[in-house]
Amino acid sequence: MGTISRRDFMKMSGAIAGMAVLAGCGGGSGSSSSDGGSEGGSIKVGLLGPYSGDVAQYGLAVRNGAELYVKQVNEAGGINGKQIELDTMDEKGDSTEAVNAYNKMVEDGVVAILGDVTSTPSIAVAQQSQNDNMPLVSASTTAAAFVEAGPNVFRACITDPFQGKLMADFAADQGYKNVATIFNSGGDYEVGVADAFVEEAKSKGLTVTTEQGYAAGDVDFNSQLTTILATNPDAIMCPNYYQDDGKIVTQARQQGYTGVFLGADGWSGVLDYASAEDLEGCFYDCSFTANNDDEKVQKFIADYKAEYDADPGNFDALGYDAAIVILNAIETVEKDGKAEYGTDDYKQAIVDAIASGTADGVTGTIKYEGTGDPVKPTLVLTFEGGVEKVFTTVEA
Amino acid sequence: MFDVTFVTQLLNGLQLGSIYALIALGYTMVYGIILLLNFAHGDIIMVGAYISWIVMSQLGMSPVLAIILSVAGCTLLGVLIDKVAYAPLRDAPRLSILITAIGVSYFLENGAQLVFGADAKVVPQYFEMDNLMLGDVQLSSVSLLIIIVTAVSTAVLTYVVNRTKLGKAMRAVSEDMGAARLMGINVNNTISFTFAVGSALAGIGAVLYSMAYTQASPTMGIMLGTKAFVAAVLGGIGSIPGAVIGGLLVGLAETFVSAIGLSVWKDAVVFLMLIIVLVVRPTGILGRPMTEKV
Repeated sequence: MGTISRRDFMKMSGAIAGMAVLAGCGGGSGSSSSDGGSEGGSIKVGLLGPYSGDVAQYGLAVRNGAELYVKQVNEAGGINGKQIELDTMDEKGDSTEAVNAYNKMVEDGVVAILGDVTSTPSIAVAQQSQNDNMPLVSASTTAAAFVEAGPNVFRACITDPFQGKLMADFAADQGYKNVATIFNSGGDYEVGVADAFVEEAKSKGLTVTTEQGYAAGDVDFNSQLTTILATNPDAIMCPNYYQDDGKIVTQARQQGYTGVFLGADGWSGVLDYASAEDLEGCFYDCSFTANNDDEKVQKFIADYKAEYDADPGNFDALGYDAAIVILNAIETVEKDGKAEYGTDDYKQAIVDAIASGTADGVTGTIKYEGTGDPVKPTLVLTFEGGVEKVFTTVEA
Repeated sequence: MFDVTFVTQLLNGLQLGSIYALIALGYTMVYGIILLLNFAHGDIIMVGAYISWIVMSQLGMSPVLAIILSVAGCTLLGVLIDKVAYAPLRDAPRLSILITAIGVSYFLENGAQLVFGADAKVVPQYFEMDNLMLGDVQLSSVSLLIIIVTAVSTAVLTYVVNRTKLGKAMRAVSEDMGAARLMGINVNNTISFTFAVGSALAGIGAVLYSMAYTQASPTMGIMLGTKAFVAAVLGGIGSIPGAVIGGLLVGLAETFVSAIGLSVWKDAVVFLMLIIVLVVRPTGILGRPMTEKV
């Protein structure tokens, strides 16, 4: 009594599997029957990113920013009387999932896509998008190969080499003569920024005294720092992620270095990882900071807080701006009224409108000049008594 | 080239090597007495660093209390791990107890990740110290403190092992556990004492590590423990001066490999040293040739 024989068990599992197959079919047929949506007075825009998995934090932040702007536009009456309808899909940080989600969005009839979020899936989607000439705007993908995929691909963020060049120009403007670098020589981001920094510094007539690499996971940087300090640099470029930057700055101060450190946007959050005293007077570049008196930025922060009860970060701001880029372009096309919604002409018109338009975002005014890389102002931040402040805005 | 840079690099190497040496001492003592490679030893450092972080950062209490609690906490944890995980397996095959040690290590790492999260936590500075000027050479006060504390700890340990009754008991148990028991030595207490001393050294190591590298993370003990293990084997596992020499050698090797611009290769160089020692002199620099008792 009460025991289940093997045969019964097999029957039961067969029945369960059968149910699962049926359920799967139902889901498939239901979603493919959706229409273009223009008759319902709406415009469909895809929102693609990782909302679960290892890199979900970035995807969720971009989504929060983008959804906030779309909500604001819809509440203000939409575009040309039509509401924006977001077709949101989770690609879990995986390239295959991302391409599948992209194909699904094409089937659903979206006219533009905001995505993807991280480099590898973004590149896969950008390549796939060449078949459809789908307007594609990523908030955060910095990889060069992404916008090189085709003329329909754009990003809202600045690239790694751009940051390196910017900080080298900044170093020259500050009157530094000798600079050194210390960077994770196994990281694409760190190497990308550091190489561009060195190249630009040399072309500006600065002396790069030494370039010191380290391996991911290292905690002791004393040896490299001693080598650097022996060359008496005016500033040390340290374009790594904030946990490493914190350790490097602390150890350099222990060795008695009193000069300046320069960094890139990986420094965001470094205040938790080194003392206020050690960071005083250092500089790094980034697109967005909450400690910005700019009216537009403060309004964005207030709106974001009201919606999500949290403070926005860099990725939220870039998601918001990528949504502005797309919706501005759609507005231009809708007002123009020449292209019929959902056609290839309509998509081409959006691509043209992005390429020639200007988007007034919270990370600055975004323009494109012949490539998918934005031309936008960048902030250089500094630390004063443990608080981040905007030191200067470098105009594009 | 006895220039300023060389002196500073030497100091860097001794600082790193001192921390490895303190941890290697714990490895070597436990191995010496029960022939166990205590793979959880590196993770005890991690717990010690987190204790300092909790006491200073979360509870806002004094650095002195943080140091005391870190060392005491590590000592208790070491003894507890022995009592709970290793003591019941005293007569089991050595492989079982080795695997248990790996299990304890995973337990501590994942437990810390569960409790504190995967992000690194910053341990505040214990003291404000000015650097020492020696001519034009600026000597890092943190490095000097670490080297001095390690030297004093090693001296105290050597005294305890060679000159006290408990030390004599430790040496006796390490020589022959059965015979020691027959001579009236309380073997279990002696083993517990060994774990306590080894873990207290790990606690001191945790404080010194936090002073120099200021961050505690759940996985920080893995590489630290591995390097210290290499140091212990290099010096001759079971030998106290050997552990110190091994630790300093590993620290100096890492520093000077980085100094000549090959920082990415420094781990490879350390492990290459291990391989060479195992091939050329398997008992390590100061290890006694041992014949396996059957």
